[in-house]
Amino acid sequence: MNGFLLNAIIYIVAAIVCVPIAKKLGMGSVLGYLIAGILIGPYVFGFIQDGQSGQDIMHTTEFGVVMMLFLIGLELEPKNLWKMKSLILKVGLTQVLVTTALIFGLAIGLNYSWQIGLTMGMAMALSSTAIVLQSLKEKNQLDSSSGKMSFGVLLMQDIAVIPILAALPLLASEITHGATEAHGGILENQPGWIQTLLIFGAIGLVVVLGRFGFGPLLNWVSKTKLRELFTASALLIVVGIAFLMGMVGLSPALGTFLAGVILANSPYKHALESDLEPFKGLLLGIFFMAVGATINFDLITSNPAFIILFTLGVMSIKAAVLSVIGYIKKLSLSENLAFSFGLAQVSEFSFVIYAFALQLGFLAAEVSDTLMAITALSMTFTPILGLILDKTILTKLNSGKKNSGREQDSISEKHDLILVGFSHFGSTLGRFLRANGVESTVLDFDPDRVDFLRKMGFKVFYGDATRVDMLHAAGAENAKILISALNSEETNRKLIEVCRENFPNLQLMIRAKNRYDAYEFLEMGIENIYREHLDTSIRMGEDALKKLGFRSYTVHRLAAQFKKYDEDALKVLVQYKNNQNEYISKIKKQIEQQESMISGELSRKFSLNDHAWDSEQMKS
Amino acid sequence: MRKILVLFAHPKYELSDVNQFLLENIRGLENVTIRDLYELYPDFHINIQAEQELLFEHEVIIWHHPIYWYSCPPILKQWIDLVLEFGWAYGPGGVFLRNKYILNAVTSGGSEMVYSTEGKNRYTLGEFLRPFEQTAYLCDMRYLPYFHVGGTHRISKEDLDQKAKEYRELVLTLRDSLEIPFSFIQKPQP
Repeated sequence: MNGFLLNAIIYIVAAIVCVPIAKKLGMGSVLGYLIAGILIGPYVFGFIQDGQSGQDIMHTTEFGVVMMLFLIGLELEPKNLWKMKSLILKVGLTQVLVTTALIFGLAIGLNYSWQIGLTMGMAMALSSTAIVLQSLKEKNQLDSSSGKMSFGVLLMQDIAVIPILAALPLLASEITHGATEAHGGILENQPGWIQTLLIFGAIGLVVVLGRFGFGPLLNWVSKTKLRELFTASALLIVVGIAFLMGMVGLSPALGTFLAGVILANSPYKHALESDLEPFKGLLLGIFFMAVGATINFDLITSNPAFIILFTLGVMSIKAAVLSVIGYIKKLSLSENLAFSFGLAQVSEFSFVIYAFALQLGFLAAEVSDTLMAITALSMTFTPILGLILDKTILTKLNSGKKNSGREQDSISEKHDLILVGFSHFGSTLGRFLRANGVESTVLDFDPDRVDFLRKMGFKVFYGDATRVDMLHAAGAENAKILISALNSEETNRKLIEVCRENFPNLQLMIRAKNRYDAYEFLEMGIENIYREHLDTSIRMGEDALKKLGFRSYTVHRLAAQFKKYDEDALKVLVQYKNNQNEYISKIKKQIEQQESMISGELSRKFSLNDHAWDSEQMKS
Repeated sequence: MRKILVLFAHPKYELSDVNQFLLENIRGLENVTIRDLYELYPDFHINIQAEQELLFEHEVIIWHHPIYWYSCPPILKQWIDLVLEFGWAYGPGGVFLRNKYILNAVTSGGSEMVYSTEGKNRYTLGEFLRPFEQTAYLCDMRYLPYFHVGGTHRISKEDLDQKAKEYRELVLTLRDSLEIPFSFIQKPQP
């Protein structure tokens, strides 16, 4: 247990020291984690002594990738995924096949056996989902055309993992017979047709659970209002699917991605996102550090030229293939550079492939060590290359035209408007906005109402809007306005504080239950305050006056004037309120204010103090 | 340098390319204030005091509006009804607008040709604008010749450019020239 805690402290301290520095220097968090890993690894400070423990940690934290794909799936609705099918098939498949062939050729040229060559080709054709997506997210480029193509390629690669793992034992059987050890889970010894059947069964189960199982589960759990239970359920979904996929020998990442896509339409989307995000971030961070810690510098220093040249060679082949694809797909030069260099590293999955091949006995430990070093090096080079690219070529290319950055808004699914609370008040507001073609991201904290409104066709998300992560998930950084249609003064205060602190550019429009709540919000500096009764009560008074014989238009003007008077009075009285002695209780203050207001109105002899359309004055 | 107040009234400004273009050409000029009445008072509840204060501060007033049914959009009439108060703009003590310059800057779907005795509108634009002229006259203001952009449904880019330029020059002249170089109508001074 001590060892575990010590390890945890070493990793976390390294991350806390290195990552902020890396981000300050504009390097992105991935490189920061990798450097932290190298520093604590056996070749610099040596906190983590044996490479084996680093590898163990790496395999464990690979789960971060699984979570990341679940979260990405959540962002992607099924219909959008369907739109990507040609991208995945054409671009992705071309990349995997051509790159495999070229690297196979390179390996044969370097006198490796054809089995090792093919293994290398397949392993190195894959790119690191963790690194690429993390960097794209950080740079906010997931929605750009290069981002979308990168994503399509990565998805295809994830699918390619299945046939690659299936093919490896066949390669091995050419050399050593019967050396196959189980990798495909419980199905290894089943006949082919049962395997196929079970694979389809597992996928079907994920789809059915995603459609009909998870929703009710999350609804049931969220009613307890215990946040940790909701988090636990979110984890259960991801871990459960990963386990199921592992059992039938499919890529867990792919399975959770599928589940994510199915849940993308669910009201719990943003709540799931905000709950899993920290787990994903932490796991990936440790994963990157583990990669850094396992780089075998002994091996590299023994033959640095060969390994570095080999790494650069592999990366250039990958980048070349990708840039040709990018060129055919008509990416602009800067997008194409980002696309081809972004995906040029070797995937974390190659560690698994090499380890498997080692197990199968046709890859010598020395070769496998070399290959792993190449993978880790290529992962380290990617963020460095990206940084150089960003700072030199891309800034030059982009300085000419500012348009490339703008594109993101239009494609992005997030709305300019976030509406919090979808009760009678919020839903009327939301309907009015929608009737005029303005969509908003709606958050509500009542699971039953969310379900009901979903059935009626409203896109409402379940979640507590006073949580920063929830607001992040709803897109508060990029939204223009947040409307709170909540009537609880306490929640509104919390919401205002959270927004002020985290999203200073977000305009706030707040519903207030009454005059006294309005004072509170005014004192917090909120300008757009809407007292829920003000318009309705005056309108009722208008109608009453009309029934008593007043002319409609005169009453209409009186009402408008009274409303303005009342809103102005609010702003004056709030200053008066500040001068009151603190010991007067809030209730007493409220009564006093009410009294002063009413007596003020009596003495004012409230009327329209203009003489439009009135000839009395002229007659005299 | 004179201060110019443009009182602009268009109930569907977002669809009026011509008025947008005209306004763009004078927006941001020093000492030129543009008041978009429909944007300020969607409920026609005009703030009389604020409007009177603005009138008082400015020396040249432009009623900028499209011609609808041979007159202005209703909010401008509302503005005239409410803001030009007896005892302030005219009548005993109504001296606050005296000697200020005022004109109509109007756009119309019909071309300049149709506003003539021979044209289908039978009267000239000047005749249709008589109520504005007389309003100014009663308030002892100096009513300047109107500015007109006609045929707005089919206006070419070149013609519009030309008109916008003329409008801008008119505004600049009104602002900067030592003596206003246009004839005007005013009540004979005693």
